[in-house]
Amino acid sequence: MNAFVEPATMPGSGVTKGEVLLSVANVSLAFGGVKAITDISFDIRKGEIRAIIGPNGAGKTSMLNVINGFYHPQEGTITWRGKARRKMKPYEAASQGIARTFQNVALFKGMTTLDNIMTGRGLAMKKNFLWQCLHWGPALKEEIVHRHRVEEIIDFLEIQAIRKTPVGRLPYGLQKRVELARALAMEPELLLLDEPMAGMNLEEKEDMSRFILDVNQQFGTTIALIEHDMGVVMDLSDRVVVLDYGRKIADGIPEEVQKNQDVIDAYLGVPHEE
Amino acid sequence: MLYREAGQFKTTYDADQAIFPIAQDRWAVIAFAAIAFLVVPFFVNDYWTNAVLLPLLIYGLAALGLNILVGYCGQISLGTGGFMAVGAFASYKLMTSFPELNIAIVVLLSGGATALVGVMFGLPSLRIKGFYLAVATLAAQFFLVWLFNKVGWFYNYSATGQISVPERSIFGLVVTGPTAAPWVKYLFCLSFLALFGLIAKNVVRGRIGRNWMAIRDMDIAAELIGVRPLQTKLSAFAFSSFYVGMAGSLLFTIYLGAIEVTEVFGINVSFLVLFMVIIGGLGSILGSFLGATFLVLMPIFLKNFMVDGLGLLPVLAKHVEILLMGLLIMGFLIVEPHGLARMWQILKEKFRLWPFPY
Ligand SMILES: Nc1ncnc2c1ncn2[C@@H]1O[C@H](COP(=O)(O)OP(=O)(O)OP(=O)(O)O)[C@@H](O)[C@H]1O
Ligand SMILES: [Mg+2]
Repeated sequence: MNAFVEPATMPGSGVTKGEVLLSVANVSLAFGGVKAITDISFDIRKGEIRAIIGPNGAGKTSMLNVINGFYHPQEGTITWRGKARRKMKPYEAASQGIARTFQNVALFKGMTTLDNIMTGRGLAMKKNFLWQCLHWGPALKEEIVHRHRVEEIIDFLEIQAIRKTPVGRLPYGLQKRVELARALAMEPELLLLDEPMAGMNLEEKEDMSRFILDVNQQFGTTIALIEHDMGVVMDLSDRVVVLDYGRKIADGIPEEVQKNQDVIDAYLGVPHEE
Repeated sequence: MLYREAGQFKTTYDADQAIFPIAQDRWAVIAFAAIAFLVVPFFVNDYWTNAVLLPLLIYGLAALGLNILVGYCGQISLGTGGFMAVGAFASYKLMTSFPELNIAIVVLLSGGATALVGVMFGLPSLRIKGFYLAVATLAAQFFLVWLFNKVGWFYNYSATGQISVPERSIFGLVVTGPTAAPWVKYLFCLSFLALFGLIAKNVVRGRIGRNWMAIRDMDIAAELIGVRPLQTKLSAFAFSSFYVGMAGSLLFTIYLGAIEVTEVFGINVSFLVLFMVIIGGLGSILGSFLGATFLVLMPIFLKNFMVDGLGLLPVLAKHVEILLMGLLIMGFLIVEPHGLARMWQILKEKFRLWPFPY
């Protein structure tokens, strides 16, 4: 489905389309006694939409938290752009081009849609404190340059009308969209989406699916997507990794995964042999 | 239909980004500033300056500073009194050690010194939040007051422990000490408030202000989009303490002239400024001024009304006043937690629709 896209290389990244952008190898994560992730390995290739699926509590969100540096796995290595990554803070992962949205909307409630998205541009803005005090000259120019970028994203996601609305007042579906906008404002190389369509009606889901595909195809952004709706997963993703009780039980193209007996059992709740 | 933005189309993001995007607001602010700078100085006398204008300007500056920290960055502080004391004592040491130093520079440097101290006491904010941070800043309050009371070096070993301001002039006009003219003091403080009010407004609508608010609203999400928590929180502590320190400096040098630290910068000042911020409106520059105005004027009104109007004994009136203030604050928190600034906004929205109810 990505057949029409010309091989894109994000500026500065050095990873070309189809190559491995991020890989996790033998990663395990435990919270005290609770094992959230056990010995999981998979990779994400540049330019693909990689779905991560699994029943509730399978460890999907924990996996994303590991990828963007929010949790630190006890074991395993993470390789980003071909280099093994040391333990890093979330803001460092962000500055290396990893953005995400959250399962439960995590917008800045007291700020307008515009300010939420502008915050996503923060890493790209360089003018120092003294210029900020003046809000004039180079600082104003910078602000306007980034405002233009943000307006492009606003147009892209069709949220012009709610620009100046405090996000706390928006309906849930729109909040999810603003959250996507904020992540896109970072111009990430890898975009992690944690259940972007949860709690949406059919129409909203269709819109969101279209946006995700457009982001992937127009900007060449690599996407890791957690989603429970199997229809959506089959339609959108290039490859799927399936987790269950913190372990990987399947990995491959959607058609294969759908037929896999372990996956069917996991979703039907067949008890474990052990 | 007097207050509307209809017909005012913005054709550039530049115009949309302007400080007061609606023309009526812009003119109102300019007119207000013109009156404050050009008209009021001709009418001020000793009573008005000392009872109303100076406290209003100085506490306005302190409330502005605290609002940056609490309202914009979401970090609570009960150390305002202590930080104001830092500003005051920094001014005293600077003025007595470097008599040549211009008084405006003294005020700025005092703000700078307070910013450093603020950052030091802001360090725990990376690990602790909310109530626990409040307790940590409360410790700062008591420690600082104790320090300035105990260590003789800060008050140049004067026998009483009091500090009093040497006479200083600016542009040939005496501005500190008993011989300073009321209008000079007023204009000096007004200039600081206007300049730094403008700067605060600029900072909060740019990158740094957005980062503060991001940390306030959802610190985890903020970090995941690249906001550095420690740096951002400390910058808010520094910026806020700078303002609070200048307010302390002005309170000592311009307004009171002579102070004793436990009397002037106690915990009640910390609460007073915090109430100004809450009543005025958290996260609003205008709200800081409204809150300061309200809490400076209210006691005067109440006193005039009860003593002169109802003929109550001054002591009794004082007690009733404290009681009423407490009730007012509670009422505010219940009825309009977003403060006077929000009420003003609602009023403006009503005005836009007027004469239609919706
Ligand atoms: N911070 C934490 N502390 C303790 N346990 C945690 C923490 N985060 C996750 N867990 C546990 O790890 C396991 C995996 O959780 P995770 O949120 O990753 O699942 P998920 O696949 O995202 O599920 P869902 O589909 O419900 O979102 C669960 O058992 C959960 O209780
Ligand atoms: Mg989850």
